[in-house]
Parts: sequence; structure tokens; C-alpha cells
Amino acid sequence: MSDQNKKIPAIHLEEISRIYQMAAGEVAALDKINLMVEQGEYMAVMGPSGSGKTTLLNLLGCLDQPTAGRYYLGGEDVSALPDDQLSEIRNRKIGFIFQSYNLIPQLTVLENIEVPLFYRNSHDPEGFKRAIRLAEMVGLGSRLDHRPSQLSGGQQQRVAIARSLVNDPLIILADEPTGNLDSITGQEILSVLREMHRQGKTLVVITHDDSVAQHSSRTIHIVDGHIKE
Amino acid sequence: MILPIFFQRNLTVGLKSLWHRRLRSLLTVLGIVFGVASVIAMLAIGEGASYEAQQRIKQMGSLNIIVRSVKPPAKASTSSQNMGAMDKYGLLKSDFSRLQTIPSLSQSAQLRRTRETVWQGEWNFPAQVVSTNPGYFQLVSLSLASGRLFNENDDIYRSNVAVLGAGLAQKLFPLGGGLNGTIRIKRNYYRVIGILSDRSISGGGATVATENVNYEIYIPLSTGLSQFGEFIFKNEGGSTQREWVELHEIVLKASRESDIPATVSLISAEMKRSHKAADYEIMVPLELLKQAEQTKRIFNIVLGSIAAISLLVGGIGIMNIMLASVMERIREIGLRRALGARKRDIVIQFLSEAVILSAIGGAIGVILGIFVPALVTRATGMKTIVTVWSPVLAFAISAAIGVIFGFYPARSAAELDPITALRNE
Ligand SMILES: Nc1ncnc2c1ncn2[C@@H]1O[C@H](COP(=O)(O)OP(=O)(O)OP(=O)(O)O)[C@@H](O)[C@H]1O
Ligand SMILES: [Mg+2]
Repeated sequence: MSDQNKKIPAIHLEEISRIYQMAAGEVAALDKINLMVEQGEYMAVMGPSGSGKTTLLNLLGCLDQPTAGRYYLGGEDVSALPDDQLSEIRNRKIGFIFQSYNLIPQLTVLENIEVPLFYRNSHDPEGFKRAIRLAEMVGLGSRLDHRPSQLSGGQQQRVAIARSLVNDPLIILADEPTGNLDSITGQEILSVLREMHRQGKTLVVITHDDSVAQHSSRTIHIVDGHIKE
Repeated sequence: MILPIFFQRNLTVGLKSLWHRRLRSLLTVLGIVFGVASVIAMLAIGEGASYEAQQRIKQMGSLNIIVRSVKPPAKASTSSQNMGAMDKYGLLKSDFSRLQTIPSLSQSAQLRRTRETVWQGEWNFPAQVVSTNPGYFQLVSLSLASGRLFNENDDIYRSNVAVLGAGLAQKLFPLGGGLNGTIRIKRNYYRVIGILSDRSISGGGATVATENVNYEIYIPLSTGLSQFGEFIFKNEGGSTQREWVELHEIVLKASRESDIPATVSLISAEMKRSHKAADYEIMVPLELLKQAEQTKRIFNIVLGSIAAISLLVGGIGIMNIMLASVMERIREIGLRRALGARKRDIVIQFLSEAVILSAIGGAIGVILGIFVPALVTRATGMKTIVTVWSPVLAFAISAAIGVIFGFYPARSAAELDPITALRNE
């Protein structure tokens, strides 16, 4: 990444709204949100249940589109793109970590890490080497051929983390990554995230856990679809 | 690398997940296997049967028109009451002379058929004795394996010479040496001057009844008439019956195929004029051939429909397993979409699974479908013919079924909303 790129914010939201049309009326899950996340930031998102955290993360991850407002991802306007382009952006610029790991059961550890490489447009001969290196980084170098069902929850989440990094994305989004883990294993996962931050990755992590906020460089609170820092 | 990388990758994904559920994949494939195999096997059996029928008809000569004596039905019922009474019916030598004058004919022969026991030393065998003109052999394209055929002189001098069918020669002279051997029918001895080549058609499923030429013995017409006379004694239900038939068959050959219909109506008019009773029938091998072809066409349509239904069932099986597979893997689909899969990647992934399933089924079905007719031939002696196009067609259809029945499940997988799919439990 060049110095010039560094100045462009990783995430820039302008008056973003996400309104769900329901039979019973409209639900404004997000209401005219403005947000700027610089490259290399580690941002924790907190807030009560139903406040709009997951909605925000889905928008940031280009899985969903805002009903109003502009979203610039690494300077590129992605607020209204056709489906195929959104797929490509998710593939190149975004790494997802889910609460429930979401590994594919019939694939091995290494194959799971490699999945994003499958959907790359350009041929990437380095990708598979990187996948092995990432597996080693998260401490699973000796279990490349194991299936997800043979791993503990913490190990599965490590695989998911390695997978989120394999395409060298601009931002990494995690929705309660420790939600399914006991506190000790959760702490291990958080230290992996902290290590990623130390290496310069941009992270947005939804959490209910106050200790995450201590690791992060910044914490925002969402209440009723509004941001409170 | 033939396939674009895009296809290769999705194909790999498809293969992996099929292998993951291999027992279920195998069971699904069976529908296609049996569908394809039955198509090929049924076509092969049908093709074989119709080939046999056509060969038999062709043996009769495709330009020939055959007029045969038939016992009229009215006489048949009275004669059984008048024991010992003599029935006179059928073709006359005068019919032959008159029919011969029809200008569109190129060749003709008249013949009598009698069942006699043929002796060779202590060996004997019941055979059909055909007394005919020398021209008959050429008319029905009988060819010699050894020796010679009888000629006009033999006919004029009523020579006691005989030509044996291959099968009969084998029975009477099991150690060989039939040629120039002597055989006996009733009190008369005949010299074997020729032995015909084998005319058997493999298989048992005869659709057209023809005398088995392999067990016939041929003698000159004049010889036959002088030896056996014109009466035929039949033993029926314990009582002896006498029948008077001058000629059993007249074979007429048209000069050209296009002359056949007109010639047939001339023959029919001529016969009607001189025969009041229906004591003859006119048989046209070419028409039988056309009928056989028509029958085959109908047969093929019926087979085609059965095949289509069995393949349809196979296709529904594939659709069923693919829909189940999509339902089970909603989260996987959501995840793949989140990680960058486009809708078309998902379509290709599931479509290739369906096509792999049906193509594997098709391939196994083709092997089975070629193997089964061979087995049928071995077990029953029935002739079967696997034409080149039938496995090709069956395989192509099975692959197409994968595409057609795989498309809806693949499409519905691709249209899933990624967020909803990821939330699925
Ligand atoms: N698909 C949807 N259709 C309608 N309403 C929705 C939909 N998804 C979310 N909402 C609504 O939007 C609001 C925000 O939901 P969201 O899932 O973002 O909350 P959250 O902060 O992630 O909660 P939690 O901490 O429980 O995960 C809620 O009121 C929810 O009911
Ligand atoms: Mg949530």
C-alpha cells in the first residue's frame, strides 16, 4: 500500500439509511449515519440488541445496500452497484468473520481458507502459498487436512480468520467473533485480532464484550439506528 | 486446459460435494443408469428383431410375387366330415402358363412341395421336397456350396437328381461326402448333384413364417410329378385324406420394383377370372418389407416413449436430490456469496453437480446398455444390434437431463439473498 493510499479513509459513510419496509410499517434500522474509518483502525461496535449493528456490518460488507446515502469503500462509491460487482468487491476488499464460523463441512482446513481464492478474477499463483502461511499464523499449520468437524470452536474460528485474510482485503468485518466461545478461547481469538491490527489491518468488530473495547483503537455505540461515539 | 478456469473450479467444487454425499449420489444416479441402459437395450433388441424379419423377407426375393395354393376355408370344414373324399383346390399348371404371359415379368418358376422321409442308408430325416424348375434357384437367390444345380435337361429327362439344403445334407451325411451320394425317397433313388450354402438366419424370434430352406431338398419338377403324382395323402386325426393340388406355388419376378403394384393387380385379376374359390393367396415380399419397416417405426415410437418416461423419472430424481442439496447447503451458499461468488458461480456449481450426476449415470447406462443385449443374445439366441447412434443419443439425452432438471435448483440457489442464507440454521 502506497503512502498516498493511506490518506484515503477505508470506510466513509455519508447520511446512510437502511429502512426495512414491513407490512406493519417502516423500520429504520439505520438512520442517516455518518462514519469515517481510517486505514489501520481497529473499531469496536457496541450497542443493545436490535440497535442496528448487524445491519451496519452488512452494509459495510456490501452484502446489503443502503436505502439512502453514500458509501465510499477505499474511496470507491459502492452505494449502488450491480450484484456481480458487489460480489467482486466482497471478494477483493472485504474479509468476513462470523459468530458461527461458517466453515464448509466437506472441505479441509486448507480448502476452507482457499475458498475466496476460487472466486478471484485474476489468477493468483501466490494465493495458495499464502493460505498455508495464514494457517500457520493462526496455529493450524499441522491440521491442514482436517475437517471442520474435527476442530474445536476456537480452532474453527481461527480457520475463519485465516480465510478472511487470504485475499488481503482492505477491511475485515467481524460480527461477535467470540460470541460462541468460552471466555478463555475468546481471549485467544481477540489476541489474534489484535495481532492483525498490529500488522496494519483495518478491523470493524461488533461485540457485547467490554474487554474488546480495551484492545480496539476506537469504540462506537449504536442506539436505535444512530451512532454515539 | 480445455475448460476456462471458471468452469474448472466450479466443477471441482461440484465433484467434491458429490463425493461427500457419495451414497446418495449413487442412488440418484441409478435412475439415469437404468433409463439409459433400457433405451439402448430395447433399441438393440428391436433393431435385431426387425433386421431378422427383413432378412427373411429379402430371402423371398424383393422383386418376387409369390402365388400360393391355400385350402379354401369352406372346403376344410366339409372334408373333415366326408372321410376319404378328395379335395381338389389350388393352383393349376394352366394358371402358370397364363400368368407367365404378363409382360412385366422377367422370370418365373412353379413348384410343388411334399413332405417326405428322405433316406441315406440307415439314416433318415423328414424333409420338404421341392419339385421345381431350374430357374427357381436364381429367383430366390439360393447359391451352391458345392456341386451343381439341376438344369433344363434334367427337367426334360426327368433325371433322378437332387440338390440338398445345407442343414439336411449335414443330417443325412453327418460325416460329409454328401456330394454324389445316393439318397432314397419312397422307392426311388436320387443322386445328390449339389449342396446349397447355409441360409440360416441367426435367432429364434421369427416374425415372418418362412420354410426353413436349410432343410429342403430340390428335385426337377417333372421328376417330382412323375414320382409323387398330384395327390397328397395326409394323415389327420387318424383318418387318411387325399388332396389334389397341381401346384403349390408360383414365383414370379417383376422386372423392376416400380412394376410390382401393376403386376400384382394383373395377376390378381387373372387369378380371379379362373378361380371361383379363394384357394390361392398372393404374397408380395416387398410389401411385407414395407410393413415390417412400418412396424419397426411404431415399435421405435413406443420404445422412445418408454425411454423418455424412464429418463424423465431419472431427471426428477436428480432434481429432487439437487433441491435437497440446495436446502441443506443454504448457509454454504450464503457464505460463498459473501466470499465473492457471483450468482452465476452458484448456478454453475449446482448445475455442474447435476450434470456430473447425470453424465456418470449416462456413462454407466451406456456400458450396461451395450452389455445387456449381448447377454440377451447369449441367453436366448435372439439377434440384437446396437447401432452407433443409440448410445451416443442416450448419453447426450442424459447429459441434457442434468442441465434441464438441474437448472431450477441451481437457479433457486443463486437467487437466495446472501444475508438470509447466512442466517439460516
Ligand atoms: N430483514 C429484516 N427485515 C426487517 N427488519 C429487520 C431485518 N433485519 C433487521 N431488521 C430490524 O432492524 C433492526 C436492527 O437489527 P440488527 O440485526 O441490525 O440488530 P443488532 O444490533 O445486530 O442486534 P443483535 O445484537 O441482537 O444482533 C431490528 O429492529 C430488526 O428487527
Ligand atoms: Mg446482530
